[in-house]
Amino acid sequence: MRIVLLFALLSIALAGCQEPSSDAAAQANGAQLYAQHCAACHGDNGGGGVGVPLNLPAFQYGVSDDFLKVTIQRGRPGRVMPAFSELSEAEVDALVEHLRSWAPGRPVIPANGHIDGNPQRGKALYAKHCASCHGSNGEGGEGTGVTFSRPRDLPIIAPALNNDGFLAAASDQLIKAAVVNGREGTPMTSFREQGLSDTQINDIVSYVRSFENQPDPNPVGNPDDEPLTIAHDSPYSVEETVKALERAAVGRNFRIIRTQTLEDGLFPEQEQNPNQVIVYFCNFDLVNRALAIDPRVGLFLPCRVTVVEQDDGVKVMSINPKRLAYLFNNAELNRLCDEMVKTYSNIIEEATF
Amino acid sequence: MMKRATLLFSLLLLLAPLQAADRLQMARTPQNFPEAMLQLQEVIKQHGYTVSRVQRVDIGLTTFGYQTDKYRVVFYGKPEQVRRITDEYPQLIPYLPLKIAIFAEAEDTLLVASNPTQLLQTDQPELNQVLKTWSADLLSIMETMRGE
Repeated sequence: MRIVLLFALLSIALAGCQEPSSDAAAQANGAQLYAQHCAACHGDNGGGGVGVPLNLPAFQYGVSDDFLKVTIQRGRPGRVMPAFSELSEAEVDALVEHLRSWAPGRPVIPANGHIDGNPQRGKALYAKHCASCHGSNGEGGEGTGVTFSRPRDLPIIAPALNNDGFLAAASDQLIKAAVVNGREGTPMTSFREQGLSDTQINDIVSYVRSFENQPDPNPVGNPDDEPLTIAHDSPYSVEETVKALERAAVGRNFRIIRTQTLEDGLFPEQEQNPNQVIVYFCNFDLVNRALAIDPRVGLFLPCRVTVVEQDDGVKVMSINPKRLAYLFNNAELNRLCDEMVKTYSNIIEEATF
Repeated sequence: MMKRATLLFSLLLLLAPLQAADRLQMARTPQNFPEAMLQLQEVIKQHGYTVSRVQRVDIGLTTFGYQTDKYRVVFYGKPEQVRRITDEYPQLIPYLPLKIAIFAEAEDTLLVASNPTQLLQTDQPELNQVLKTWSADLLSIMETMRGE
């Protein structure tokens, strides 16, 4: 009897591990998968937000299903869009079908195939016509996609053409179609209408393809290479260390927002542990800069250092911004976090010197 | 009998379908910011947590002349659990209480939090279980905010 029960339970569990039983079942989940994984950034109807708009007809008619699939699976390393490598093929197909529901009619899908231009000539043309938006080395515009919560210079951010994910997803013909036709509804104009010849456009495409031979512009790294925290011992008491931290933060142009126990708001005041104290501080210029890089950086805010008394003495601890930044897949944010690690370390070292 | 039950439970855990492990847990709700903010605090409480504080990032920014829409950070935790975790796993102290950032985007409101199991994976089974529970609760909070 027990064996039967065990077998039945295992069967149920194993059934849950299987891939969706059919494409039809997966397709039915396209909208659900989109809501779960994509809508927060790209908007419920693909109108864009933290992520770029996906429902523009010019975009929908200018990219192939393969482009969308590879983009979902590989993402854009270092450019916010994560790789959804855990999704099954059927789930990715379902997502693509859902995306396609926003552009009724038959998309003009650029054919796959190599374009044989001259990358040397393309380099000069790229510098003249493309670099102002896409960056001199194809690194793309700064910030995320469109976010309406803060002022933006452009309605859409220029994609990074040197990105491994982009180059894997976009065929030569797809890139050419974008240069030839532009993307209506975005700053990308038709360069055929601007007077570039077919040969010149082919040269640009070949130059963009040559980015594949460059070193990875946005190495993702491994979060395990970064310690979880920045921590130092303090030779002073908790109270003295807190005061020293406040002075050190103010000395680096931060404003003290609040000093409180770690348990503040969790326990009544008289029950809070007085030997765990948080100093919150902020530099609003830095916050503004960080929000322009990625509107989700609230997870780093406000800056904070915690002083704790343990059995072996007083310790001063902060998050390691580089460890947290790994979750954001945003190379620009990584660079800002390099700066933040130095700032945290300097403040803590000064306070514990 | 107890051993068999433990074995069975372990097997079921091993075979449970894998949840997609997004590094950040995010949700978009069509509610305007004040409504979403109220609901978030209520949903956090429904999951057994205490909201310890709300940091008004937007107020500080606008005070200093920067343009921004509504932007807050909500801190939350389970009091006794926070006390125990900070004692037993001090490496987590700078990350406690837990937090969710919430901000307006046009008529919608976005929420974002780091996925605890993506932030830290350890060889300590008890800590891993805590991280998994936080992650599952966060997923549930986000699903509720999405209206699922």
